[in-house]
Amino acid sequence: MTAHAQDRLPLAEPLHGTVTLVRSVRHTLRRRVVLVSVVLAVILLGLFVAGMAVGDYPISLQQLFASLTGRGTRATNFIVYDLRLPRVVTGMTIGVCFGMSGAIFQSMIKNPLASPDIIGITSGASASAVVAILVLGLGGFAVSGVSLVGALLTAGLIYGLAWRKGLAGYRLVLVGIGIAAMLASLIDYLMTRAEVNDAQVALLWLTGSLNGASTAKMVPLLVLTAIIVPITLWAGSALSGLQLGDDTAKSVGIRVELTRLLLIVFGVALAAIATAAAGPVGFVAFVSGPIARRLTRGTGVALVPAALVGAVVVSAADFIGQHALPMQLPVGVLTAAVGAPYLIYLLIVSNRVGNGG
Amino acid sequence: MTVVALEVPVEIPPAVQHTLSAVDLDLGYGERQIVHSLSVNIPTGQVSVIIGANGCGKSTLLRGLARLINPSGGRVLLDGRSIATLPSKEVAKIMGLLPQAPTAPEGITVADLVGRGRYPHQGWFRRWTADDDRAVAEALAATDIVELAGRPIEEMSGGQRQRVWIAMALAQETDLLLLDEPTTYLDLTHQVEVLDLLTDLNRRRGTTIVIVMHDLNLAARYADHLIAMCDGQIVAQGKPAEVVTAETVDRVFGMQARIITDPVSETPMIIPIGRHHCDDGAGSDGLR
Repeated sequence: MTAHAQDRLPLAEPLHGTVTLVRSVRHTLRRRVVLVSVVLAVILLGLFVAGMAVGDYPISLQQLFASLTGRGTRATNFIVYDLRLPRVVTGMTIGVCFGMSGAIFQSMIKNPLASPDIIGITSGASASAVVAILVLGLGGFAVSGVSLVGALLTAGLIYGLAWRKGLAGYRLVLVGIGIAAMLASLIDYLMTRAEVNDAQVALLWLTGSLNGASTAKMVPLLVLTAIIVPITLWAGSALSGLQLGDDTAKSVGIRVELTRLLLIVFGVALAAIATAAAGPVGFVAFVSGPIARRLTRGTGVALVPAALVGAVVVSAADFIGQHALPMQLPVGVLTAAVGAPYLIYLLIVSNRVGNGG
Repeated sequence: MTVVALEVPVEIPPAVQHTLSAVDLDLGYGERQIVHSLSVNIPTGQVSVIIGANGCGKSTLLRGLARLINPSGGRVLLDGRSIATLPSKEVAKIMGLLPQAPTAPEGITVADLVGRGRYPHQGWFRRWTADDDRAVAEALAATDIVELAGRPIEEMSGGQRQRVWIAMALAQETDLLLLDEPTTYLDLTHQVEVLDLLTDLNRRRGTTIVIVMHDLNLAARYADHLIAMCDGQIVAQGKPAEVVTAETVDRVFGMQARIITDPVSETPMIIPIGRHHCDDGAGSDGLR
């Protein structure tokens, strides 16, 4: 079992120039991914500072820096740590989760429509949250917990229904859209029968909002994200093989069914914890992957750029919704305003090509 | 392809030779069983070609040998050990497969795609090494697509695209290579080009090659070992000159034929006899 370079005869003369060429092509792609990631990270830093500084009580950069390094006054500390940090950090974290989750599903299923907010997984979280709020009369953490369980159950149901001796991407998408529609009608039914006050709470949750962000809710979100994201990146290294189809993936030694199951579980978990924290902030998972792919141009799977795009989209949308408009709007309204036209565009384009999505 | 000449002096074969065989193999999809208790030894270091009519189970057998489908009975043995029990990545270092219709993600460059054949040689997080660059460069050079390295796969013609996929399989650097109809969608020039390339691979590196293909005359010319299948079983196998007889062709394809010697390669050549344009009337009942 020795497959080393030395004891193999090259098929053609190993041209030194060819090795250099291969390396330079690879470096070009890699540089692009790194460059895109760095630029996104810088934008994110800018949004962080903006989100922390701007508000009813403006905080200067010096005050912000002092407070973050533990030398702030009690007043600025209160504004920084209790009012703004949870909101800004929660926004970025759910952006990372949604962005990565969407990119996983889209590249695994090879279909841009296959993001958790289109195929019913976030609908599952929403419907269970609405049940928790309106039927069970729960609030706070309990709602998040129930929505997490709901998302996982819905994903299991969709997977089970779409499974026929293997997983066909289009079937998963169609089953998912069907389930999403059913859950939407369940939500509507509950909303029409609810008390006005309860309905308002549920509606705010359904729109996706960072208004309820708090340190107590932020910490579990951060912990879970810090655990799941690295595992997902590790499992995601097989995505580059999975993209080539099951046969090719198996031939290069990927355990296709197991890897896909793991990726689905992690992808669902990411979407679910984000939804549990801030509601189904619409279309973030859906647009992040394609934007990242366009930016990195043809490098296949770009999980890190997709996660960063998600964070930028949520942070920017929340900042605009809070400060740049005549009235304050929840973040989900703005992301939907950007995402919905893209969905319509995708549906039109994929129908024109005739591959049905 | 002018990179390598066909007539290469015999060179040193690799030190380790891997063996592939099947014992009482049953294969199928769901309820439908296609291959029935089939046993076969793939000759190490040779080019084997599997032929047979549509639906005879030749692709299914190849997929079974490559562990893409789990057998409902019997075993596939790699180096005498059941392939189902071996770690997938270890198998992938020894045996590669080019499937019938591989799919490439949109916008992927040739070098990137070929590099994905390196997966079994890379650790967690696909850390890229200089050896990976060398393997990709060699695969590109061998398939004569070096100048396409930075181009997206969409721009390739059918023949180029097939060479890219073969390059990916070559970059995997396996001692066994299975190919499912690698010539089917190519014109004659490119078919010969691909088969020459695979022969080079076999002669120079001692790679064991198994090809499923339809063109009988090219199969007879390029095979060291010919395996003829019918209804999920092997009907005949051996050197093309022994296997390709009028009787076998009739049994495997249900077609009358005359066998002559290929004037170029001196291998058997099948001249099919249909109802029209066949003067000696063998099998012609169309005008009665």
